Amino acid sequence: MSYNETMSFAEGLMVNSPQKNIAIELIDVDRSFGNQQVLKKINLVVEEGTTTVIVGASGQGKSVMLKHMLGLLKPDNGQVLVYGQDLAQLRKAQLKEVRKDYGVLFQNVALFDSMNIFDNVALPLRERTEASETEIRANVEEKLALMDLDGVNEKYPAQLSGGMKKRVGLARALVMNPRIVFFDEPTTGLDVSKSNEIYRLFHRTQKRLQYTAVIVSHDVPKIFKLADRVALISDGIIEGSMSPEEFQLSDNPTICAFVRETMGPIYCSADEEKFIHETV
Amino acid sequence: MSKQDNVPKNPASWLLGKLATSLERIGAESLYYLEQAGRMGIFLFACLLNAIRPPYKLFPIVRQIHFIGYRSIFVILFTGTFTGMVLALQGYYTLRKFGSEGLLGSAVALSLLRELGPVIAALMVVGRAGSAICAEIGIMRNSEQIDALECMAIDPYKYLMAPKFIAGIVSMPILTFVFDVAGIMGGYVVGVSMLGVPGGTYFQEMYRSVVWADVEMGLVKSLVFGLLIIWISAAKGYFLHLERSGGFGAEGVSRTTTSAVVLASVAILVWDYLISAILL
Ligand SMILES: Nc1ncnc2c1ncn2[C@@H]1O[C@H](COP(=O)(O)OP(=O)(O)OP(=O)(O)O)[C@@H](O)[C@H]1O
Ligand SMILES: [Mg+2]
Repeated sequence: MSYNETMSFAEGLMVNSPQKNIAIELIDVDRSFGNQQVLKKINLVVEEGTTTVIVGASGQGKSVMLKHMLGLLKPDNGQVLVYGQDLAQLRKAQLKEVRKDYGVLFQNVALFDSMNIFDNVALPLRERTEASETEIRANVEEKLALMDLDGVNEKYPAQLSGGMKKRVGLARALVMNPRIVFFDEPTTGLDVSKSNEIYRLFHRTQKRLQYTAVIVSHDVPKIFKLADRVALISDGIIEGSMSPEEFQLSDNPTICAFVRETMGPIYCSADEEKFIHETV
Repeated sequence: MSKQDNVPKNPASWLLGKLATSLERIGAESLYYLEQAGRMGIFLFACLLNAIRPPYKLFPIVRQIHFIGYRSIFVILFTGTFTGMVLALQGYYTLRKFGSEGLLGSAVALSLLRELGPVIAALMVVGRAGSAICAEIGIMRNSEQIDALECMAIDPYKYLMAPKFIAGIVSMPILTFVFDVAGIMGGYVVGVSMLGVPGGTYFQEMYRSVVWADVEMGLVKSLVFGLLIIWISAAKGYFLHLERSGGFGAEGVSRTTTSAVVLASVAILVWDYLISAILL
């Protein structure tokens, strides 16, 4: 275990001390599309100020679960509680109040494609605050610079690369200094150094703003350094929600298989493969 | 062989079965339309509420008036002129049979003010602006931009819909007025310059026969049509994902836009009759 991992393990222990409030709680959430049941009795607790990373193979229901936390989808059964309020029971205005604390990055980013990048990031400031245009400009440019995006202000989303769009999406998600952030695959499509940069940024801003984070990612094991908790979703079921260290050493067969698949070597010869299977 | 199989053993029960399925289908169909109507009604209510509720932002409204109103002026002038010209041409030959060509001015003006002005102007705006609104909102729905707005705690009804509704209600009477004036001028060109009706008579008869009720009818119609156009096209786009035929992708947007244009055009003609019947 590297120094970094040990550190985040120690931090994990501190952060998970019992007086933490619960920010988000999913209780027995079921959700089907047609006759395909995507979420099966999902239970998950996200404590305030912590980072929960959700991993799982493609098409297992991670984004669907995130959309339940955003209140975009309603569960067939069960409840989604945000600071104790059941999202399905809230009126529109109340839901809007809850979402004022949110910062969201969609998997497809969902930038406003007929607005330029500056206006995209500035939109929440313009619509929700009384800030002057100079303040807005300063704030937006600071956020874009954080994401290493200079000189794209006047461009349109269609004129950016995939990774640049992701970073604009992150800038937009962070511009209101949210209390809870939801990132659906924040670093997919970024090169290694950019994604490391983003992780460092998350780490810094999380320390500074103490936000609660729910991050869906395929970037295992790197994303574990950010995580206080890791939850694996497999076939619509959450397999434990635990610290990254516990996760990597878990003897739950599904988690074990996932860890081996994502963190083990690839392209090994048949002999090597046999060896791995015998030893791990 | 297969024909033999299709022959029912018991014609009575076969008939009953057929009847039951078709009743079922009618029931499901009516439920679908009822649901759609309910959705549209709630949508209209929410849009109007947000249109009259502060805060008011002038710039988005001006932008929409520019798009719906100003950019339609050329096509309105053009169609208005030709409508007036053909009215004069047809009217002249009809009136001449009764020896009352002098009434041409009033015939043209009354047809335009009460009927053709509002209806044709509205149909032109459906084609120009209604389809564009439906496609724009539909694409925003499809690419999760509306979800993104909601997650940023920006109300799409307030931000997207209210300016369009205000602009539609403001623009339509003005466009109708432009259409009427262009039509009267077109009628003048054909009637007076080409067919030889005395110019003085053309306008004198017009002044004598047109009363406030005629103007009022045109005004009421244009207001209602403006509302109908924006309502139907915006709602169709907004509820794209609930379309029964599937609102997926480019084809979903195009299909929904087509159906919005058809529905809006039909609604205009139906309401044209209803308003005429009520106000006459
Ligand atoms: N709107 C929808 N209608 C029908 N089925 C859906 C819908 N959204 C998601 N699904 C289904 O739910 C399942 C989970 O989808 P989801 O997007 O949550 O996967 P994911 O875990 O985020 O995968 P990935 O890592 O590839 O993003 C998929 O089988 C998908 O087909
Ligand atoms: Mg996903």
